[in-house]
Amino acid sequence: MSIRTLRSVGILAAVLSAVLLPGSAPAYDYPFDDPFVATVVGTPSEFRPELAVTVPLKRRSIKIFPDRETPELLFYDDKLRYSYALQKDPAPLVFIIAGTGGSHDGRGVRQLGRAFYQAGFHYVGLTSPTHSNFIVAASESSVPGHAYEDAEDLYRVMERIWEKIGRKVTVTDFFLTGYSLGAFNTAFVAKLDEERQSFRFRRALMINSPVRLYSSISLLDRMLENIPGGEDNFGQFYQNLVDAFAEVYTRSDELQLNEDFLYQAYKVFKPEKELLGALIGTSFRMSAANMAFSSDLMTNFGYIKPSNVRLPKNADLAKFNHVAMRLGFTDYFHAYFYPYHRAKTPTMSRADLIEEMSLKSIEDYLRTSDRMYAMHNEDDLILEPGEVEFIRDVFGDRAMIYRNGGHMGNIQHRELVEHMVQVFQP
Amino acid sequence: MKSGAGRGQPFRTHLLFPALLLAALATGGCSTAPVVVEGDEPEPPVFSASRVLRPDVEQFGDMDDPFAPFNKTMYRFNYRVDKYVLLPLVIGYYKVTPRFLRAGVHNFFVNFRNITTFFNSVLQFSGRKSAQTAGRFAVNSTIGLAGLFDPATAMGIPQHDEDFGQTLGKWGIGAGPYLVLPLLGPSSVRDGVGLGVDWYVSNWAREALLDPNDWWKRVWTFLYVIDTRAHVRFLYYGTGSPFEYRLVRELYTTKRRLDIEK
Repeated sequence: MSIRTLRSVGILAAVLSAVLLPGSAPAYDYPFDDPFVATVVGTPSEFRPELAVTVPLKRRSIKIFPDRETPELLFYDDKLRYSYALQKDPAPLVFIIAGTGGSHDGRGVRQLGRAFYQAGFHYVGLTSPTHSNFIVAASESSVPGHAYEDAEDLYRVMERIWEKIGRKVTVTDFFLTGYSLGAFNTAFVAKLDEERQSFRFRRALMINSPVRLYSSISLLDRMLENIPGGEDNFGQFYQNLVDAFAEVYTRSDELQLNEDFLYQAYKVFKPEKELLGALIGTSFRMSAANMAFSSDLMTNFGYIKPSNVRLPKNADLAKFNHVAMRLGFTDYFHAYFYPYHRAKTPTMSRADLIEEMSLKSIEDYLRTSDRMYAMHNEDDLILEPGEVEFIRDVFGDRAMIYRNGGHMGNIQHRELVEHMVQVFQP
Repeated sequence: MKSGAGRGQPFRTHLLFPALLLAALATGGCSTAPVVVEGDEPEPPVFSASRVLRPDVEQFGDMDDPFAPFNKTMYRFNYRVDKYVLLPLVIGYYKVTPRFLRAGVHNFFVNFRNITTFFNSVLQFSGRKSAQTAGRFAVNSTIGLAGLFDPATAMGIPQHDEDFGQTLGKWGIGAGPYLVLPLLGPSSVRDGVGLGVDWYVSNWAREALLDPNDWWKRVWTFLYVIDTRAHVRFLYYGTGSPFEYRLVRELYTTKRRLDIEK
């Protein structure tokens, strides 16, 4: 009841401010109040800004650890891939970190990159530390998900990329942003930069960040409970989904195999709302499966693949694929991530590790640093009750919280695009 | 590939395929079973299949793939050709050509492909598709200046895309085993045969209609390869998944089934 009332008041306030303050920020009128629909469907084009500019995107790759041997199954991940777009004149540069399982040139980074490029920024797109390519080529431990270690890895990558493109361009200021897990990474990278001082970021913007990682991964894992007939039917459910995707692909010539998956599938099938949860859960589950299996190949931990067994180039991965898709982020945490870290630090308890992988572990920094900014949605699916209040409380005036949008659903809305550019134009 | 479709090419293609096949079998045909690393005892994983999967429940993405070793080797081969040859060509092409020229080239090839689409629509006994395809070809070849422009779309004539693989499918011939073709990518035994037939028909039509000299044939092939690659939205190993081979196999097979049902 009270949430609904609050929302109406919010809408009223938005309408009033639009009427009373002509020429001010565009009204926030994102249309989907169901966070599941928002997360899947995203921002319909009529709510997006005009982004007419052609982005001169360059795709490159870089060897981060010269002596590292890549497993032959993953030979193509030998080097870390990244992308950038440079202005002709001196300009500020923004690094953009992808979300869970996301790549440097996936939909999320390209959307943000295009907005910043149009506003006159150079940008560099970075693959998430949870993506196979990063695990294989750029992660020191190859066991992703550790806030501090991932930040170290990302920082090293940013320094190395900057060595390469720094001579081509004049940069006036450095900025940093990321969405979803990339926003969480942003916080820890920005903090690391206070010590290392390689970039001295003017500002850093966290878009739809998790607060406590373990809370968010638990919520995402639980979404698969929505599978008709329960999780044991995952095989059948997933098969139907892939078939559905092939149908979408058949109907559309302009479709990428990975990034537009959910949006296109929704438009064709208009699934019931319970199914949307399972869809979102499956999308994240694919990321979890890819991440865990790639990591396991790198470390020989014995999570899915038997340890001390080498898989040849043409190995049949059917069983591993089936198993990997049944294991969530929380399985990864308990049966791999925690044992791995306890072996290094025997005194560390499970609860310690869970609490450490949280924005609360750097709360003081986030509270006091005037360069840290946040954007979030009241109804984001990856937040537990109370976590939006945490963002609001810690960031104060430096937080912008929207009344709807789910997880990243409203990211292309013109009001958000305008806001994120404004944060970086102090 | 380079020499266009002159008289010498079928011969060379005949040589090329067995050579690639041999190379594939020699390099990757043998090893699919896990190899135990010397010196250490293998240990079962935390999550083995027997612990996680219920045997009575159906899994996903499994299909007969008797040529898997060859296919996987070809998949890697194609990745390298794509990365080191085709994509650099496409990027260079975009650098040195203006947009209207690229659009003209693309329209030209799309229009020319209507010949094989027409041929296949007739063989599929689809009067509607045959008529619309003939209409498109007539309009774009004349008002559209030999296909460089596409007034047929503005006039609302739909574009179909029928190949001989689909025709065989319509006739009730199954896809046969999955097959990753050198350079051309995911296919099946049936669709591979179809590609050969379409290539032959298209070549015959080109000779009959235009009779280009060798120089034009080279330009034609060069632009055709680049334009085709530029319009395929697919990157080998672009999904970020170590299970990509299985995913692509599943998507390709399902998509072809739906194409034929269409």
